[in-house]
Amino acid sequence: MLEIKGLCKTFNPGTINEKKVFEDLSLTLNSGDFVTVIGGNGAGKSTLLNMIAGTYPFDKGQLLLDGKDITKLKEYERAAFMGHVFQDPLLGTCSNLSIAENLSIARRKGKRRTLRRGITEAEREEYRALLAPLGLGLEERLTEKVGLLSGGQRQALTLLMATLVRPQLLLLDEHTAALDPKTAQIVLDLTNELVQRDQLTTLMITHNMRDALKTGNRLIMMSEGKIILDINGEAKKQATVSDLLALFEQNNASLDDKMLLG
Amino acid sequence: MSSVLSSAIAQGLLWSILAIGIYVTYRLLNISDLTSEGSFTLGAAVTAFSIVAGVPPILAVLLAALCGALAGTVTGLLHTKMHIPSLLAGILSMTGLYSVNLRVMGKANIPLNQVDTILSNLKDLLHLARDRGAAIPLGILAVALVIGLLVWFFNTEFGYAIVACGNNDHMIIANGVSSDKLKIAGFAIANALIALSGSLVCQYNGYADVQMGIGAIVVGLASVIIGEVFAKDKSFVFVLLSIVLGSVIYRLIVAFVINTSIVSANDMKLFTAVLVALAIWFTDLSQRKGGKKHA
Ligand SMILES: Nc1ncnc2c1ncn2[C@@H]1O[C@H](COP(=O)(O)OP(=O)(O)OP(=O)(O)O)[C@@H](O)[C@H]1O
Ligand SMILES: [Mg+2]
Repeated sequence: MLEIKGLCKTFNPGTINEKKVFEDLSLTLNSGDFVTVIGGNGAGKSTLLNMIAGTYPFDKGQLLLDGKDITKLKEYERAAFMGHVFQDPLLGTCSNLSIAENLSIARRKGKRRTLRRGITEAEREEYRALLAPLGLGLEERLTEKVGLLSGGQRQALTLLMATLVRPQLLLLDEHTAALDPKTAQIVLDLTNELVQRDQLTTLMITHNMRDALKTGNRLIMMSEGKIILDINGEAKKQATVSDLLALFEQNNASLDDKMLLG
Repeated sequence: MSSVLSSAIAQGLLWSILAIGIYVTYRLLNISDLTSEGSFTLGAAVTAFSIVAGVPPILAVLLAALCGALAGTVTGLLHTKMHIPSLLAGILSMTGLYSVNLRVMGKANIPLNQVDTILSNLKDLLHLARDRGAAIPLGILAVALVIGLLVWFFNTEFGYAIVACGNNDHMIIANGVSSDKLKIAGFAIANALIALSGSLVCQYNGYADVQMGIGAIVVGLASVIIGEVFAKDKSFVFVLLSIVLGSVIYRLIVAFVINTSIVSANDMKLFTAVLVALAIWFTDLSQRKGGKKHA
């Protein structure tokens, strides 16, 4: 369970670029919740995820994960029990290392990096078995540099890496946005499969309203740093894209093209 | 073998360890680290001081590498903990090291004529006639040790993490490792190698001089760039061996242009700088032609 309590964040305080993003934001995710997050550009979705991941410090507030206060932990320390997939497929993997080497780094998440061999033969077999079901042919390319893969292949790999050691929390920031529709669907299907298999508590930002409605058990909408809609279960199943759009307009949120297409 | 040729090969081997150090920061960590200018001299200063004080040469060499690692750690801390841009952090260390080196040596130059060095030790061991004759065997031995160690190290969990960090620190942080720690380790390793090179070069030259590090980074870069011509998309061992080859080729070029009086010894640094600038420019041009992305 993740509890966000009284989060406040202002970027560049005291300058002309001052930007107040959150004023006392609170949110609780129950264990196993798969929450989709929607909202206009600049609503604060990525900032929220980054605060949880520890990319930026916040001004006030508290973060509890399964009862443990993680507010003071650094980003890399929190990463030991979180999975994080970025929008940019290049950010989640290392292009100079092979597919197997990338996986081996993820396999040791939360452990000290020692002077033992970076990858064992047994691991290679494990990775082959892990990659085969993706149907992308990556299991035959274990020793190839990740730099040679396409964006979609890299994103699928990043997702596997983020969940290789079961995370207590999975954070996905528009992780399908940079992919073509077909690849985006493959990555989204994989997301669903992994989240269901391991019962992962997940926050997924998306600009695709249909995906947001179809995916997960709970949906929240953000506008100007506030949560303006939080529905789950039946209410979420009943909701339609036009409901969401209506709510959007009520809040004068700026709609970008992607959403209109949603 | 003519003495010009053998001395170019010997110097190429001994300086190649500097080039490998430069490669670690410049290519693996993606950082241009100017500490090298100071840590190369530091290696020489510590070695000369220790040997004159009676420390066995082999220990003096190890001590030099250790001091280099320390200098690298300082740059790493300036960069990661004090958030000083890497280029500036290196300049600060380099500048500070100039004073440190003078302090260590107590004067601007320490000759090593009347004392045992690692070369004279090795000469005795191999029953050779002259100290200088031991330079090539010493170079081969040192290079083999360094390459062996690095190949082992960069195939460990920690080594993988350093490579990943240099390529993409988002990725390594997202996988639960402190990128600061990895960068500091990278700086330390690189400068340990560079100081080791300084230590060997000063024993080969027969003196340590407070000015000897000037231009070291450009010499190292020249070797790396020449070496990379041979090492396109090859394995790590091959890349390291190519850098050694690059370093030897660089020394042969230097010997050639000086002996044929194409370039005077005083203009050597300018010549090297132009060589490196052109080489980087050409590599960039050919990569653009090849359609490689800029990053
Ligand atoms: N590092 C930063 N420095 C200054 N301002 C920032 C920073 N990061 C975000 N902001 C500001 O905070 C606000 C929220 O940005 P955020 O990236 O969280 O929006 P978002 O909901 O993810 O939008 P999008 O849908 O476009 O990704 C924006 O006004 C943005 O300009
Ligand atoms: Mg965003």
